[in-house]
Amino acid sequence: MSLSPTVDKVGVEERVSRFQKRSIKTSAKMDGLKLVLNMIDLTTLEGKDTPGKVRQMCYKANHLHDSFPGLPSVAAVCVYPSMVKLAKSMVKNSAVKVASVSTAFPSGQAPIDVKISDTKFAVDQGADEIDMVISRGKFLAGEFSFVYDEIAQIKEVCGKSRLKVILETGELATLDNVRKASDLAIHAGADFIKTSTGKIQPAATMQVTYTMLMAIRDYYDETGIMIGMKPAGGISNSKLALHNLVMVKEVLGEEWLTNKWFRFGASSLANDVLMQILKTETGKYQSSDYFTID
Amino acid sequence: MASKNKNWEYAPSLESTEHITLKKRYDLFINGKWVKSASNKYFKSINPNDEKVIAEISHANQRDVNRAIEAARNAYTKVWSKMPANERGKYIYRIARLMQERSRELAVIESLDAGKPIRESRDIDIPLACNHFFYYAGWADKLDYAFPNRQISPLGVAGQIIPWNFPILMAAWKIAPALATGNTVVLKPAETTSLSALKLAEIIQDSGLPEGVVNIITGYGDTGAAIVNHPDVNKIAFTGSTGVGKIIQKSIAGSEKKATLELGGKSANIIFDDAPLDQAVEGIVNGIFFNQGHVCCAGSRLFVQEGISEKVIRKLKHRMKSLVVGNPLDKNTDVGAINSKEQLDIINKYIKIGKKEGAEIHQSACSLPSKGYFCPPTIFTNVAQSSVIVQEEIFGPVLTIQTFRTVDEVIQKANNTPYGLAAGVWTDKGSRIFNLTTKLKAGVVWANTYNKFDPSSPFGGYKESGFGREGGLHGLSAYLKLT
Repeated sequence: MSLSPTVDKVGVEERVSRFQKRSIKTSAKMDGLKLVLNMIDLTTLEGKDTPGKVRQMCYKANHLHDSFPGLPSVAAVCVYPSMVKLAKSMVKNSAVKVASVSTAFPSGQAPIDVKISDTKFAVDQGADEIDMVISRGKFLAGEFSFVYDEIAQIKEVCGKSRLKVILETGELATLDNVRKASDLAIHAGADFIKTSTGKIQPAATMQVTYTMLMAIRDYYDETGIMIGMKPAGGISNSKLALHNLVMVKEVLGEEWLTNKWFRFGASSLANDVLMQILKTETGKYQSSDYFTID
Repeated sequence: MASKNKNWEYAPSLESTEHITLKKRYDLFINGKWVKSASNKYFKSINPNDEKVIAEISHANQRDVNRAIEAARNAYTKVWSKMPANERGKYIYRIARLMQERSRELAVIESLDAGKPIRESRDIDIPLACNHFFYYAGWADKLDYAFPNRQISPLGVAGQIIPWNFPILMAAWKIAPALATGNTVVLKPAETTSLSALKLAEIIQDSGLPEGVVNIITGYGDTGAAIVNHPDVNKIAFTGSTGVGKIIQKSIAGSEKKATLELGGKSANIIFDDAPLDQAVEGIVNGIFFNQGHVCCAGSRLFVQEGISEKVIRKLKHRMKSLVVGNPLDKNTDVGAINSKEQLDIINKYIKIGKKEGAEIHQSACSLPSKGYFCPPTIFTNVAQSSVIVQEEIFGPVLTIQTFRTVDEVIQKANNTPYGLAAGVWTDKGSRIFNLTTKLKAGVVWANTYNKFDPSSPFGGYKESGFGREGGLHGLSAYLKLT
């Protein structure tokens, strides 16, 4: 693994502010919002998740707002391993994938064999995608090889399921660490890198996502291999989501602007996007009562 | 997975021009009033985006200059020099506030007339110009504290000649410190960009500033020369080309006139191999493509440590792909129109020279508007200190890239130029930054950033980039007699 470049926080903030100044209007706004919808991993990751809750969320994944024709579905539903089978049955015959968190999510504080069997269970239940967490404690203790080996082992268990590696950037403290962890995860076999579990603040800030996108860009330039990106947590409105698309477009390029390579991990983003789409179409904001809350 | 069948492009997002008011024809602003030029001659101000005429501007002649300077002298002796300093400060604050209130209008006019992207005039030029007035307003009644144990007195009438690259910002840099220190002013904007200064004249009128304290007259080089040569001017402040700067210096030789000259540059932007590379690339872009490269302190000579040069150039080329070139009034435009046909010709001449010298050229593959004056962002590699395009100021979006091996080598090469305005240093190593700031012969050295301006920070050059400082405390002393 080559040495990670240093990251200057002030410079990153400045670059990010340029993305935020892009003015997304009319057709660009409509196309962008639909793209955002199609990139969402609709997520429920709570101790109190039940089959009923998961079933309802999975139904919504394919029925975002039926009274407005021509809307895409979300990209995936994201659940705990115990809910994978049910989720899978709910979204069968549709484009919606099932992603499962694993490796003792969210803390990752479990022995490797537990993490392996956790992942194996999810894959066997039919998960198309695995969202693992890295061992942040080991990373901060400087045990990079440990973190690397863990990712590589989980990747092996994944088989055909795509592996998203959650860095939990809110616990990594600096952008230098974010960059280092991104490079490490990519080289260890991640198909996707993901900012956060959603359990820690701050989560997917644009500064963090930008730093990770740069790691993806550099890896692509060196190897020609594309890696996906998933900011998760904290992206709850359309404007921020569109700014993220701007960032992906300018840093990585158009090829990344599909849900094969870019995802939003979010639970409340979809309804705000729907509200904006209807507003763009009709010129009026509608009451939130018209948008379902599954 | 859903496939994408079209690219996601930014739709046009044009800033409205409905809220601005412009006259068809502008007279001269002398002694607080709009007066017709004695020459009765007018010239056209052209929108560089579509080559259409925006307004007609008066061409002031010697008689107009005499009138303006007489008005400034009168205002100086009868009103401004006698006014208590805190009262002076109040007027300057008032101008700053009025500019802020009308910032949207000023931004649009600046972009229309100068060709700079609305994002820059809106977020940089206008706010910075307001801040200069606010900053110097604060100094007006505190000059004794700025120069402890010294006797201070204003110089009198200041003749100020400003360039076309930052029209209203340069007007602010000149007028604000002059007023704060108790001088009166005759200001001449550049002939291609008179409009924002004339708008500023309206604001000054609205502010109730005593008549004649600020006079704004328009015209060409002959108008400027008449100001410089007028015997009743005490101070010349000029920002512009080194060529004109030399003429000014000659013509005021032997006179009592004080001068500050802020001239050309060919500034080095230096990237070390431990630098935060992606932010450095951003710094390269801000250094050379900001305001179409019409920046005297532009980082037009890039030095990259040899081991990372390929990587940096690759990153830079990729970054250039996302620069939007086009209509200055589009909020998504990153690189606007070249200020004038004349300047575009100069830039194209240098691009030709570069190619002829055997340098390798790379330009953004963006589509350019069919009308107006545009130049795509351009970089040249395979150049040396001996290349003409490395030595001469191009004043456009054209960057030359050289590699270096050691710290000593890059210091020598960076200083190996008649200019000495600015420099940028990119490294993660703090000690190296301090080492270079003392050894680079440049008035401004930026570390891990580029083209950052602030009213409290002095700006000015070494060698043929001029002398005197504008901004900060230093900017005050340029308008004071200290004994």
